[in-house]
Amino acid sequence: MTDILLIALAMSLLYISIANRLFTYLNILVFQGFILFGVTFLTLTKISTINLMLIMLETIVFKAVAVPWFINYVIKRNGITREAEPYLPNFVSLIIVTFITVATIILSSSIKDPNLDKTFFVVALSTIFTGLYLIVTRKKIITHVIGYIIIENGVFVLSLAVGNEMPMLVNLGIMLDIFASVLILGVFFNRIGDLLKDPDIDHLRNLKD
Amino acid sequence: MIGIFLTGAFIISGLLIFNRNIFVNYALLVIFIAFFSVFGFFEFHHINVTELEFFKPDALGILLLTVLCVISIPVIFHGYRYIEIHNVDETPKSRGLFFGAMVLLISACSVVYLSGHIAVTWIFIEITTLSASALIYHHRNLRALEGVWKYVFICAISITFVYIGILFLSLSLKDAGIEDMSFDSLYANADKLNPFWLKLAFLFIFTGFTAKLGLVPMYTAGIDAKDKAPAPAGALLASVLMNAGFVSIYRMYAVLARTPLHHWANTVMIIAAILSIFVAAVYMTRIKNIKRMFAYSGIEHMGLVILGLSAGGIGVYAAILHIILHTLIKPTLFLQFNQVYWVYQSKSIYDVGNYFKYNKAGAIVIFLGFISATAMPPSGMFISEFLIFQSLFEAHYILILLAVLVLLTMIIWGFGSNIFKLLFTPPLSIDETKIPHISSWESLSQYLLLGLAVYLAYDPPAQFVTLLQDAAKLIL
Repeated sequence: MTDILLIALAMSLLYISIANRLFTYLNILVFQGFILFGVTFLTLTKISTINLMLIMLETIVFKAVAVPWFINYVIKRNGITREAEPYLPNFVSLIIVTFITVATIILSSSIKDPNLDKTFFVVALSTIFTGLYLIVTRKKIITHVIGYIIIENGVFVLSLAVGNEMPMLVNLGIMLDIFASVLILGVFFNRIGDLLKDPDIDHLRNLKD
Repeated sequence: MIGIFLTGAFIISGLLIFNRNIFVNYALLVIFIAFFSVFGFFEFHHINVTELEFFKPDALGILLLTVLCVISIPVIFHGYRYIEIHNVDETPKSRGLFFGAMVLLISACSVVYLSGHIAVTWIFIEITTLSASALIYHHRNLRALEGVWKYVFICAISITFVYIGILFLSLSLKDAGIEDMSFDSLYANADKLNPFWLKLAFLFIFTGFTAKLGLVPMYTAGIDAKDKAPAPAGALLASVLMNAGFVSIYRMYAVLARTPLHHWANTVMIIAAILSIFVAAVYMTRIKNIKRMFAYSGIEHMGLVILGLSAGGIGVYAAILHIILHTLIKPTLFLQFNQVYWVYQSKSIYDVGNYFKYNKAGAIVIFLGFISATAMPPSGMFISEFLIFQSLFEAHYILILLAVLVLLTMIIWGFGSNIFKLLFTPPLSIDETKIPHISSWESLSQYLLLGLAVYLAYDPPAQFVTLLQDAAKLIL
């Protein structure tokens, strides 16, 4: 069951690579939040109930509801156009994300370590790299933020792989989530909206040598 | 004591942010400086005593903490002068936030120095990002927003990298059968760690912390940050915050130095260091913004520090000495820049000139600061840089040494041509009636810092040398 959920997560990456509208991105974030909720519940069987509840609460409240809702609010408030505006055609994106996934599978099959759960490793790495890819190839600042949140989801999957032995690390991951999302979204994205009407990275190209 | 200090610092920082009264504000700052000095003094006498399970002030931590205590006093004083002089758009709110964030940054950096656990280091590095971003965004304009946005985004990604590195480190611990991730436990069990995961962990942790240390690949955010932050805050970002990145990398490197991966780690660090010096050389020969030039000079010095570290031998000692002297010298340039800006109201090299005429004491600081930062004798950094070159020579990195020497020559040329333009060439157009009179007292703190750097390098107190040797023993 965990495997099915993780594979669904990997498939959502393929979908996000061809998504055109910002709201599709948000739906995928919600979807990934729910998947992470399920994976947490199924994987972390050995940690204390209170800690498990805390982590699950974070995935459902924070990843699946609060962050997508807030991004939606920012998009509406700043009147950001709904197109994602990639630099590359969607077909190329699809090929590249597929390539990322295949490459991580090949990489993980070359690792001979009995302690490693390969599915977690492959899904986590491909999510992280897809997030990075989205940041590099999308034009809007808000899609950069979405790409960063996808990276965080991937990191969260990776932390679940060691979560039973070291629950402290999963808690750290949650801290990272909350800290970075609040800092990036709450404080600054609101400000960017006040100063720039159409937040686009082309406006942020003045600082140079 | 660390618990008490952290609680106190958070309370003071919170009070500063919410207080609107100017006298309470400055009283709080004086209280913080006194409190912080007591804390530094206390830790100095409790070296290697573990506190609260996760903190262990080792020799390196104590050294950097003491330097931070020394630096924080002039920086807070000049922060106060900055707010006083620039008070056209200062409000009680922005003043409170500025000093609150500064107190938080200083406290978070000092806790990073003393941390004995990689997760604790990571948490407090996050707090430095938070407080630094408040400082960078002090002038609420579009440029500052751009700087802070880039800084926050790159730091968020680099902090994620460090986290991934910590996860890989935990995988490598599984083989050794231990769960304690404190640095002491990692040093003790270094030979049992799984080398594959340890390699990956080091790569990610190193890359992540380069955002704070200011090395290739993540150095870019720091440059914009030091440019856009008010000069006293830039002085902190260019010195003590880089040290926070340095201790984090140093302690992680010390784990690898106890394994057969030592040579591999050296190679990785040398590549990053050479590229950093190269980047600094390229930018410094064509740069026209004085503040960014100082920031790039920091990149160059961090490259040298990491080179010394990876050369080993005397290089480790020299690297630590170098970073301490750099912490004393770089803030003087930033603090003096504050006064340069009062005179010319510009950061561009095209608008400045003949600084000797307008502020003699300050011009001498700039001149001495230039000599110090380029490591020409009698600068203190001459000693440490010479030792780093010696260690490179002894480690048979002759080609690297030659390349570094060529790049350093380029850097000195670029740095020098801008500094001499600032000092001696008359500016193209300047309205002399508008130039404010600047008291020589404003430069006093910078003379003291530069003098301290010379003193520590040429006639070091015995205790300082012992601490340096203890800190270097972590690698050997």
